[in-house]
Amino acid sequence: MLNSPAYMHIPDGYLSPLTSLILFILVLPFWYRGVRSLRRRSNARNVPLIALLAAFSFIVMMFNVPLPGGTTGHAVAGALVAIILGPDIAVIAISIALIIQAVFFGDGGILQIGANCFNMAVVLPYVGYAIYRLFARNRPLTSRWRVAGAAVGGWLGLSVASLFAGVEFGVQPIFWHTADGAPLYAPYPPSVAIPAMVLPHLLVAGVIEGLVAALVVLYLQRANSRILQISGQVADAAGTAGNSARLGWLWAGLVALAIATPLGLLAPGTAWGEWGAAELAKMGLGFVPRGMETLQGLWGAPLAAYDLPALGNASLGYILSALAGIVLVAAIVWLLTRLLARAQAQQKP
Amino acid sequence: MTPDGSPPAASLPQPNPSRRRSDVIERTLADISHALEHALFAEETARRNGLLQALDPRVKVLAMLALLLAVALSHSLAVIGGLYAVTLALAWASAIPLAFFVKRVWLFLPFFTGVIALPALFITPGPPLAQLPLGLAVTRAGVTTALFLLLRVSTSVSLGALLILTTPWNDVLKALSVLHVPDSFSLILGMTYRYIHLLLRTVSDMFLSRKSRVAGRLSGAEERRMVGASAGVLLGKSLHLSSEVYLAMQSRGYRSHSRVPGLAAFAMRRRDWSALLIAVALAAAAIVLGR
Repeated sequence: MLNSPAYMHIPDGYLSPLTSLILFILVLPFWYRGVRSLRRRSNARNVPLIALLAAFSFIVMMFNVPLPGGTTGHAVAGALVAIILGPDIAVIAISIALIIQAVFFGDGGILQIGANCFNMAVVLPYVGYAIYRLFARNRPLTSRWRVAGAAVGGWLGLSVASLFAGVEFGVQPIFWHTADGAPLYAPYPPSVAIPAMVLPHLLVAGVIEGLVAALVVLYLQRANSRILQISGQVADAAGTAGNSARLGWLWAGLVALAIATPLGLLAPGTAWGEWGAAELAKMGLGFVPRGMETLQGLWGAPLAAYDLPALGNASLGYILSALAGIVLVAAIVWLLTRLLARAQAQQKP
Repeated sequence: MTPDGSPPAASLPQPNPSRRRSDVIERTLADISHALEHALFAEETARRNGLLQALDPRVKVLAMLALLLAVALSHSLAVIGGLYAVTLALAWASAIPLAFFVKRVWLFLPFFTGVIALPALFITPGPPLAQLPLGLAVTRAGVTTALFLLLRVSTSVSLGALLILTTPWNDVLKALSVLHVPDSFSLILGMTYRYIHLLLRTVSDMFLSRKSRVAGRLSGAEERRMVGASAGVLLGKSLHLSSEVYLAMQSRGYRSHSRVPGLAAFAMRRRDWSALLIAVALAAAAIVLGR
């Protein structure tokens, strides 16, 4: 209300309750992960640590940051907190700051706490931190690469978070409208909502986010570089520091592939070997195997031909389907590895 | 407290409105004093003698959630408008100055909701309601959509404000236990809230002292460096303070299992039960009528 950074704090009334519920459920595993990561460090020490860092996140959101050119704005500082504490703990600190903003200051809806935490306390810190690690690797604490990593991490982290917010807004009019077609919640289709969210964040709010992260890292390098070691220590405690650098490259590759997905829209025709019965006939094949003919209508996929017909825009539907697929696969793999790791840990002793 | 019930003038320095160019220090100081003023005023109204102040905080938390859900689920403008009227009546019965309550909600709406609701009037496809110059046409669906947004947001914000303006923050935290929020989480929320106050004052001191040492104007680059350094210093102070607080807690016998004290002081009386019943019935009726 008083201190909204751009328009990332979603108020009540913009998302349908079902969307809010889904996003809330998506945040839960990250909260669980954060709390476990805290427990791994000494237990009682965490209470004041988290309280003060949440208070810090809250207050940094109030800082007016001047952009070159004279305008000022606010940062969420999610990337910064993740760079200092590691993303697992940053999720908790930023979530608490967002909850206090929603409940006490009416900044962001109370029913949207899950949605706002997902965008600003999960997407932003994880993306921002991954990019920072790519730049920082094992370079010295005072390396300029770390400042650059903080800048790019903050900038892209908030921009990706705004992409998620844009998608959340954009799906509302597709699924929820009155009988005569008036949207019940956020009114714009994805073709309007996504650019309207992403562009200002790429150009202004994201720049502020990156600027704040870079300026603070630069200051800490000069004055208090010990603080920059904390996130590394947390990762060491989790025993994942060595793997995470290599995993980082894998993730970067995956993101590059995902960004290249729309290239598929340029290619004509169907992927080789994935022809349907009609296409086979067109290719000059005199007959269609009977089994294929009878079986091909058996299973109707929820996103048939990777399209959301309600969207009325085939390319956009294709990209959204791709995003949904990536998230779904990543979630399933993550869950399976979790289960496997737990099974192994139980066998060991 | 001023006689008309509006918030008291902040004790912190106010920004000088005659300056045109943005001044980061002054703007941040103004934002901080707004936040403190907001908190002070809520503490003050929560102690007044009114309808909602007399209710059990657990009832208020549950009722707020039920009504928020009703606002979100209802598909009828009349029902949501009716719920907004209910929040106004409750504010009036709880000795919250109505002008302040309405202004607080509607003043900030244009920033977020107005910007989004206004174009919806024209963009939403549907039969035109009124023709405007430049080939723009207001559609019936557009008006419905814009009203849905404005009414939902204002009613939801009003419901949240009613809870905060009639309940001390500590009681809100204790009441969270009905939602099965873990005690340690309520404890952290309570500490965070207190440290927000402390750190707000710290930042305000830092900026004031900086301001008092600056003659003339800082350039944009200098201002940016100052903001970065202030945030960095604040982070260092926060981390340092957290270890001191930890030692202080330990020396007073804190173990990791703590209970939020004082919950036993709440006891549901007959009026609490009836208030809860009325709120839930109202929410259910709104959802059914708004189908």
